Amino acid sequence: MVHIFTTGNFEKEVLKSDVPVLVEFWATWCGPCQRVAPILEDLANDVKDLAKIGKLDVDEEYEIADELGIMSIPTLIVFKNGKVHQSTIGVQSKETLKKLLDL
Amino acid sequence: MKNIIIIGYGPAGISAAIYLKRQGVQPLVIGKDFGALEGYDDKVENFYGQAEPIDGKVLIQNGINQAKHLGIDVITESVISLKSVGETFEVVTTSHTFETKAVLLATGKTRHTVRRAGFTQFRGKGISMCAICDGFFYRRKKVAVIGYGPYMLHELDFLRKMTKDITIFTDGHAFDDEIDFPVVREKITKFIGNEKLSHIETTQGTYEIDGAFIALGTPSSVEFASQLGVIIEKNNVVVNDKYMTNIPGLFAAGDIIGGKLQIAKAVYDGMNAADAIYNYLHPKKSPGLSK
Repeated sequence: MVHIFTTGNFEKEVLKSDVPVLVEFWATWCGPCQRVAPILEDLANDVKDLAKIGKLDVDEEYEIADELGIMSIPTLIVFKNGKVHQSTIGVQSKETLKKLLDL
Repeated sequence: MKNIIIIGYGPAGISAAIYLKRQGVQPLVIGKDFGALEGYDDKVENFYGQAEPIDGKVLIQNGINQAKHLGIDVITESVISLKSVGETFEVVTTSHTFETKAVLLATGKTRHTVRRAGFTQFRGKGISMCAICDGFFYRRKKVAVIGYGPYMLHELDFLRKMTKDITIFTDGHAFDDEIDFPVVREKITKFIGNEKLSHIETTQGTYEIDGAFIALGTPSSVEFASQLGVIIEKNNVVVNDKYMTNIPGLFAAGDIIGGKLQIAKAVYDGMNAADAIYNYLHPKKSPGLSK
């Protein structure tokens, strides 16, 4: 499943996660972001419990987006042990996202 | 509503058009220049059927003439915007707006950019290639729009809704339009900042800027594709074995999908893409559903 991250659950679900977490920073008005959704669904089915896949709305949850300096969407960031491990801008294939997760 | 618009009239685009026409589909081909063969000094010697070495431009012009001779519509205009609207597409050129069921990107890879110091560092940290994706982050901020033609004006039209504090940087290109915003005409030398872009340096001075939107020349296929949400890898548009991108109805062929940058390969791509486009436009009815 694709998780929905918020300012409220970010620390628990992302920063303190036992497994790597891929977060897509997106917004409802962002055309390219709509194309990421099916790729994330597919990825989440593939990685099962080896990683957590989710997205964060930069309009609703702007505190987190500002803190991380998100200025372009879609931005995809992999968090490991509470730190930014790798990040990329733009729509990526499932295979590329797996590599970002080191899977 | 068109069935198929082919953007680019090099070997991939024209070959696709010829094979589609043979299958009874009338394509519209929109091109603007001769791509990689425009400035190709040497003659082409390795393409089948040319008894003498042939000038690249002549070969391309022959292809365009061949298509026209077969009754294919070919126009010379710059495409400045490509949008997906539901299951169809809207193609905007400098003088027309078309709607179409499918699009083939076959523009080749020549592109305009500003790879000056700091460009890569601040890409996504103040430098953006897509106003509609990132404009929102620069509401009421100081924005630079880098460009000089219809593409720049198209991006400007969107950005002026976000902020009034806009400066146009022509990067040394000629620009004579009457415009409500200040215009900086010198060449850009450097993008400056710490964590994110803060200044643009030109040959004449330094300008404070929060965000810079690149809209030089006309957009390349890679730019169109990334604005639509197409998967791009290593600057190539990613397609499946049916030459279709991750967006249904959007196809790509020739140099932009990678592989050998050769005319023979572009022709092969064009032929295969034509079959795939035909099948997309004429889906086979599954048995049991047809009455």
